[in-house]
Amino acid sequence: MKKSKPDISRRDFFKTGAIIAGGVVVATALNPIDGFLFAAEPAKKKGKWYGIGIDINKCIGCGKCALACKLENNVPMEPFYFRSWVEQYTIKNDGSILVESPNGGIDGFHQKVPDEEIFKSFFVPKMCNHCAKSPCTQVCPVGATYETPDGIVLIDENYCIGCRYCVQACPYGCRFVNPEKGTAEKCTLCIHRLEKGLQPACFEICPTEARIFGDLNDPGSKLHSFLKNHTCMVIKPNLNTGSKLFYNALTPEVR
Amino acid sequence: MVHHLQNLYEVLSKVDGYIYPNEIELNWSILIVLYPYITGLVAGAFILASLERIFKVHVLKPTYGLALLTALAFLIVAPLPLVSHLGKPFRAYEIMITPHISSAMAIFGFVYLWYLMVVLLLEIWFDYRHDMVVWAGESKGFKRFLYRAFSLWTTDISPKSIALDNRIGYIITVIGVPSAFLLHGYVGFIFGSIKANPWWSTVLMPVIFLFSAMVSGIALVMFIYILLTRIRKKALDMECLDMIAKYLFYILIVDFVLEGLDQIHRIYEAEESFEALHLLVMGKLFFTLFIMQGLIGTILPLLTLGTFQFYKPKEQVRKIVYLVISVMILVGIFFMRWNVVIGGQLFSKSFYGYTTFKIGLIGSEGYLMAAVWVIVPFIILSFLLWLLPPWKKKEEGHEIQVS
Repeated sequence: MKKSKPDISRRDFFKTGAIIAGGVVVATALNPIDGFLFAAEPAKKKGKWYGIGIDINKCIGCGKCALACKLENNVPMEPFYFRSWVEQYTIKNDGSILVESPNGGIDGFHQKVPDEEIFKSFFVPKMCNHCAKSPCTQVCPVGATYETPDGIVLIDENYCIGCRYCVQACPYGCRFVNPEKGTAEKCTLCIHRLEKGLQPACFEICPTEARIFGDLNDPGSKLHSFLKNHTCMVIKPNLNTGSKLFYNALTPEVR
Repeated sequence: MVHHLQNLYEVLSKVDGYIYPNEIELNWSILIVLYPYITGLVAGAFILASLERIFKVHVLKPTYGLALLTALAFLIVAPLPLVSHLGKPFRAYEIMITPHISSAMAIFGFVYLWYLMVVLLLEIWFDYRHDMVVWAGESKGFKRFLYRAFSLWTTDISPKSIALDNRIGYIITVIGVPSAFLLHGYVGFIFGSIKANPWWSTVLMPVIFLFSAMVSGIALVMFIYILLTRIRKKALDMECLDMIAKYLFYILIVDFVLEGLDQIHRIYEAEESFEALHLLVMGKLFFTLFIMQGLIGTILPLLTLGTFQFYKPKEQVRKIVYLVISVMILVGIFFMRWNVVIGGQLFSKSFYGYTTFKIGLIGSEGYLMAAVWVIVPFIILSFLLWLLPPWKKKEEGHEIQVS
């Protein structure tokens, strides 16, 4: 049988080759500029856009959220690996600030400062802020950390090289490297539960409904009305991380 | 793993104030101190070599080849502490094939390869090609094969081809200087661009890294040159050493001024993190910052080298002083990297407390492993010096170009 020649002239071949090569060069040249602009891009305005609200006034420091998170997500039980934890702030009459989070609050809290010395005291539940311009996503050298289109920051543990750059980049201390896997780990907003129409574990277990979860772009959502009716603030707003974790009654002591 | 967790429990008991629970574990340990240190030595040594080649400081000739080979020996080792520190070392190649362009770290592979392949290897190759062809004729057995192979079986040593070698070598060095700046300025950017960490996040970081790199690289070549000449039982070229010392002095001044400016700026602005950093510097970092980096690594060398600019003691004294000063600077810059990398992780990002740095003797992140990564470049350098002794080079090669 006669071999058929491909229907392409040498000129065409070079032409196409040159276009592809040129395109690659141009794309390569332009891409790094995009890379620089990571944190300078405005946040998303349309579609589903998950956010979190936490009412500090409602938190009683039971620590059930921290425990539920560990159980639900197989987080190592050692007291230095947390996707979610609770901090107790005690501001004394002399102005000094005491912050504690023994075992992330899982075992509950014991107030050591005598009542008469306390100016005020409150609990602050902490977790990933699922930032819209998350510094951890920005610095991941292989793109193992990414933001989903609906605004959840996730890690692909099959891809993470364990360089720990993201742990350094998170201003809120929400990441750690799993000692068994050697890869970075963080709150997934229990995406496996969200997909089944359930709430994240820490939200479901909260006995006082101090945690509100929802779509920031949906005017009918609970979160939307929470933000409307309370004076909410994010932690470390100066860092422009696009944090989507909004606290009611947040005071400047909380960092 | 059990040992690792025990370690963390011990650190947990030593926490000062409040730190986020995930901050108990120090993420970047001594291996990541070594990475900018070794990369800095490369950049510095290369810049010293280029002073001779491009900026035509001919008295530095005796250290030209040595500086290049030193740079190569350390550059080969530079990524190894990084890779061995990864949680998943076998995925390290992902950084090359699927780089995430918004990450400063992702560019490492490219900057590294560019510097290794395009700058250093090519420059050394063009510089030594002529000699390797000649040496291949003079040697026997395996060494002869090595020369043949490394010269890529070229045999042309006509004046025309040598002139071409020199021309290309010169162009590569010209490209090499900004590349060396890029290599180390970039390493500084890895730290300087982390806005979450006020101890790192300064626009001056790349520049500080660059100048401290030059200081350490020049000190390293000075140290090796003195030692090597002693081992070879040859006379030191004092004119060359004095010139190296002079450059060391000037660059050390710039480095000192930049670091001083950074701290003055920090103190004057006294932002939110100031109190936490102040306590850090006065407490956990006092020894490594003020004594090791400041006094031993900067102030004493500055005073000594400064004095030598208008009062020169006898040669014998200068030799010893230069050797001591080079070691002091090398130690000082090591602690500069230490203060940046470890110092930046000792305080909590909540600014309410501090953790402790604990490191063992053994283990993949222990002192012994770190020592290995410091010793290996010297072994590589010994091999390179055996194979490509700069002192046996045919002089005419370079002279055509530079004189």
